[in-house]
Amino acid sequence: MDPFLLEALVNGILLGGVFALPALGLNLVFGVVDVVWLCYAELVMVGMYAVWFLYTQLGWPLWLAFAACLPVVSLLGILLHQLVVRPLLSAPPINQVLATGGVLFLLQGAMTLIFRTDFRSLGVDMPPMEVGEIFVSGTKLAAFCAALVGAGILWAFLKYTYVGTAIRAIARDREVMPLMGVNPLRIYLIASAVGGALAGLAACLLVVQLDVHPFVGLSFGPITFMICVMGGLGNMLGGFLAAFIMGIIVSVGGFWGSTEFSYVVAFAFFIVTIFARPRGLFAR
Amino acid sequence: MNGTLELNGIHAGYGDFQALFGIGLRVEPGEAVGVVGPNGAGKTTLLRVISGLIRPTSGNLHFGGQDLATTPAHLLPSLGIAHVPENRRLFPHLTVEENLKVGAYSPSARAHFAERRDRVYDLFPKMKQRRHQLAGTMSGGEQQMCAIGRALMCAPRILLLDEPSAGLAPIVVQQVFDLVRRIREEGLTVLIVEQNVAQVLRVVDRAYVLETGRVAAEGRSAELVADPAIRRSYLGGH
Repeated sequence: MDPFLLEALVNGILLGGVFALPALGLNLVFGVVDVVWLCYAELVMVGMYAVWFLYTQLGWPLWLAFAACLPVVSLLGILLHQLVVRPLLSAPPINQVLATGGVLFLLQGAMTLIFRTDFRSLGVDMPPMEVGEIFVSGTKLAAFCAALVGAGILWAFLKYTYVGTAIRAIARDREVMPLMGVNPLRIYLIASAVGGALAGLAACLLVVQLDVHPFVGLSFGPITFMICVMGGLGNMLGGFLAAFIMGIIVSVGGFWGSTEFSYVVAFAFFIVTIFARPRGLFAR
Repeated sequence: MNGTLELNGIHAGYGDFQALFGIGLRVEPGEAVGVVGPNGAGKTTLLRVISGLIRPTSGNLHFGGQDLATTPAHLLPSLGIAHVPENRRLFPHLTVEENLKVGAYSPSARAHFAERRDRVYDLFPKMKQRRHQLAGTMSGGEQQMCAIGRALMCAPRILLLDEPSAGLAPIVVQQVFDLVRRIREEGLTVLIVEQNVAQVLRVVDRAYVLETGRVAAEGRSAELVADPAIRRSYLGGH
């Protein structure tokens, strides 16, 4: 195999790992609360600013800035739920979408106000590693591994804890939950906190690869939504797998053409998927 | 805390639609009581009111002296009230054991999970064989066992059963009523809603006949079985 193609393929898988986190978070919240957080990529963006600010402006060690980013964005998820989503739980879905869309612009505007539109960089990079015939970015590999660990922890949480089991149950049958002793509003809140924490982890992994600016969400937000829809909204495993498919399409498409071309291919693939399998690639 | 369930003058409904008109009902500890009546009589609504899924618009509702009308629904399992809903409502994509785990969600139940699960498996050995199977892939009768098992995980003092025989083959219906009988023998109080009047009257001590949201008759099972009007309407007799 052409080593450059192989390299693109490997990069696609690494990219897929990073896409997987926000896709899991978005699917988790949607599956449980039944509301799409349109501002999800902007939560990630705020997390990226948090890391950048703590590391470059306050001089915190990078690991500490990362560790702080998760609870910060998790708290943001809780606030989003309590202040915006919860009052609209029984409102028509379009109102919920518009409200979280409003938060998207609010966060972009707030970050522009505070940090202006400058591109901010952490300026950290790990040396590339030579594996056989190809070079793999150390940063991307580390981000990929961290994403897999994050996804693994989420899986164990959903599989083995009472709250996690209730989260999987509520996604299927909301109304019956009180009979099990479960307060649905509390589960919504927990899912929002976990969804926020996943956005925080994604922020840590993206901030080492991308410069931060108030509109950085545009570079991974739309693709995150495509991944979720392709995997089947609310289907965690489907979203996880679709993230890798999308990562590979973007990366290999970029190898054959340009980055712009690769996004055209990705969106075209998405549209074909929607027509062919409207309930997601992995719907039974 | 003697565990008596008591309803007085309960009115309830959905939005503008009123389903219950002044229901009075009493279940003593250790009793098995049936609620029978035609479709749309308000039987399911009655159980949903007791377990807090619907709030009564008027009337009062107590269990063991506790006012249920003001208690959030999700706290009722820890008070000892378990409700097996109509159509079982299992989580089909979770395994049998995971369904039991959701049933033990209440903080007071979690500590006893392993012991109660083993008790459910003793009661329903079939559930033990199938514990890693997805609940949705089991037969109707097995799903009913699983749903009852899930309800037992909160160690209830009273079990509310909504149409446990619905949609099951006659032979399986027989098994489900045998199950109910066994649960009774464990000393559990049971309130069971059924359309299968002939069967349920063989299991319960007393029954209420509900018609269009009102109690049309009540009495001991033997009296109801002997009542010519009941025989005509519900038992296909003469």
